[in-house]
Amino acid sequence: MSLKRLTKKTEFYVALILIAFCLIIQVRSGQFFTPNNIVDLLRSLTIPMMFAVGEMMVLISGGVDCSFPAIASLAMYFVCTKLDGVFSNPIPYFLIAMALGLLMGAVNGFIVAKYRFPAMIVTLGASSLWIGVMQGILGSSEYPLTSALYQLGQAKILTGTNAETGFSSNLPVHFGFAVVLVLIGWFILNKTMLGRGIFAIGGDEVAAARAGFNVFGTRMFIFCFSGAMAGFIGVCRASMMMTVNPNNMIGMEMDVIAACVLGGVSLVGGKGSVLGAVLGTALMTLVANSLILLGIPTVWSRVFTGLIIIIGTGVSAVQEKNRKNTLHVAVSDQ
Amino acid sequence: MNKQKSSGLAGILDNSSSRMILLFIVVFIICSLLQGKNFLSPDNFLAMFRQFPEYGLLAIGIGMALIIGGIDLSAVYLANLSSIIAGLFLHRFYNGDGTGGEGLVLISFVIALLIGAIGGILNGVLISGLGIPAMLATLGTQSLFWGFGVVLTGGSTLSGFPKALGNMINMKFGLIPITVIIFAVAALIAGIVVQKTKLGREMKMYGTNNRATIYSGLNNFKIVVMTHMISGMLAALSGIIMWGRYSSAKADTGSTYTMQAILIAVLGGVSPLGGSGSVTGIVLAVLIIQMLSSVLNMYTFIPTACRQIVWGGLLLVVMIVNFYLDKRKKNRH
Repeated sequence: MSLKRLTKKTEFYVALILIAFCLIIQVRSGQFFTPNNIVDLLRSLTIPMMFAVGEMMVLISGGVDCSFPAIASLAMYFVCTKLDGVFSNPIPYFLIAMALGLLMGAVNGFIVAKYRFPAMIVTLGASSLWIGVMQGILGSSEYPLTSALYQLGQAKILTGTNAETGFSSNLPVHFGFAVVLVLIGWFILNKTMLGRGIFAIGGDEVAAARAGFNVFGTRMFIFCFSGAMAGFIGVCRASMMMTVNPNNMIGMEMDVIAACVLGGVSLVGGKGSVLGAVLGTALMTLVANSLILLGIPTVWSRVFTGLIIIIGTGVSAVQEKNRKNTLHVAVSDQ
Repeated sequence: MNKQKSSGLAGILDNSSSRMILLFIVVFIICSLLQGKNFLSPDNFLAMFRQFPEYGLLAIGIGMALIIGGIDLSAVYLANLSSIIAGLFLHRFYNGDGTGGEGLVLISFVIALLIGAIGGILNGVLISGLGIPAMLATLGTQSLFWGFGVVLTGGSTLSGFPKALGNMINMKFGLIPITVIIFAVAALIAGIVVQKTKLGREMKMYGTNNRATIYSGLNNFKIVVMTHMISGMLAALSGIIMWGRYSSAKADTGSTYTMQAILIAVLGGVSPLGGSGSVTGIVLAVLIIQMLSSVLNMYTFIPTACRQIVWGGLLLVVMIVNFYLDKRKKNRH
């Protein structure tokens, strides 16, 4: 890709900001490029990055999914409390949670695809429903993690140790899952007809239908995929934290959506990339995790998240506006 | 003529306002049948009156944002931020021993409303000036308002206000608390704006098609900023009520109200796609939700978290039912 084409991409600027941010933190604290800090960051990136892949697909198709933390929490809480100790292998837990997530995603997909309601309102409603089922019917207290998943939680890829301070952090095996999931997302979006369909219906639904894409089926797939992934991620989260906490994923949806949009995924659909979603998530995670290294008190972290969302989305919104204006001028000149 | 005759009930279902009144009556009757003694008691009415104004005001504000085809996710946190700033003003200037200070409390209310207006204008400018989609702009400001609330309070609860604050907000005229009167006046003003003024008509036009409004020579920027300013002031009013009711202010009070307010607005006939809706409908929906909530409370064996199932399920069911009713109406015409 030529440099000129590169500089037109949002991903390029996000990567630049990301690098600049890393350098600033390094200069201010001297603690950024230490093995344990990098491993810590990758560790905190794991869950949001996986969520971002599912959310990105929904956004590209022109929808939005606010219900994945609720789906993840309910699926995870169900398998971890109701099937505690039933299996000695972690795989059935993942599969059952994915099946539950898929069912819940299918409800979203059906309502959005059949009635054409705004996906945000539908998924907010569904979110409230699933959280209610979890907290009201299953209970919402912390619960010890079943041993099969506990053992998985202890498995690590590598350990980063800071030679000076002696602090060390482990990179759990779940980071590997996240990488695989990102690759699957990339493959579906870029190498399959389904992926073309997702872009097509996000760009123009009517045109996509005329071109022969199955709009209903594609929408159903996206929400089912997002739901099944949420189930998987929920169990990942529990096994990474080594405890079953039903409430600590709730509220993540907004940060994930913002991260995707920061990475150049369009909120009105038709545009976006896996790389962008990952970079956007990395930027959000970096900001949230590095304020201490910059000497900023943690009470400010929400203000900074808000500023990042507003500035990041503001810049791309203004760009979009200018592009449209120049387009109008070009047309009216002819 | 024949058509006219056959549409007794159907005609009621066609019009969203009369649909709401019918639903209100049905819910009222069901609640009375289920929990007659408790539900119809004066104590219960007083309890209901105390509860609904704070989220009812939020619902009207968020409903207005929905009418222009947007959304306001920041309202609850703007409500909290306005009362926190007003509370800090009181802390700074009130030196009494808990008595007196009525004047200062009134000034602090004005400050809260002002903060609400400024926050709303910020939302409007981000949405219409910069062109950030409403959902993201208000998501960003949600984080911002919440964050400033945390920074200003250090993450703790702000309390120790003069008694005049609680006394004023908890005042009653007979059975009617002053908060209900505040709600009624605010709803009336918002209702007049949405249903009777030029701005209200422009809001609905913008919500239907915001390109057409440009070509019709309307000022899109003004419409969006005004709508969000009103929505912000309604949020601040709700913040004042929550602040006075508990005599304390916190950055994340009432965080579940966002979802509930969206539900109420959609239940009240505001189109989630923008372009239509009325404050009358929202007010009726507020009352319906409050009745359901109170009756659910009377069944003590049902955990409070189950209410979320009802809200979420109801939102989806109401949208689907409205879809079929509207479709039938279209088919007949």
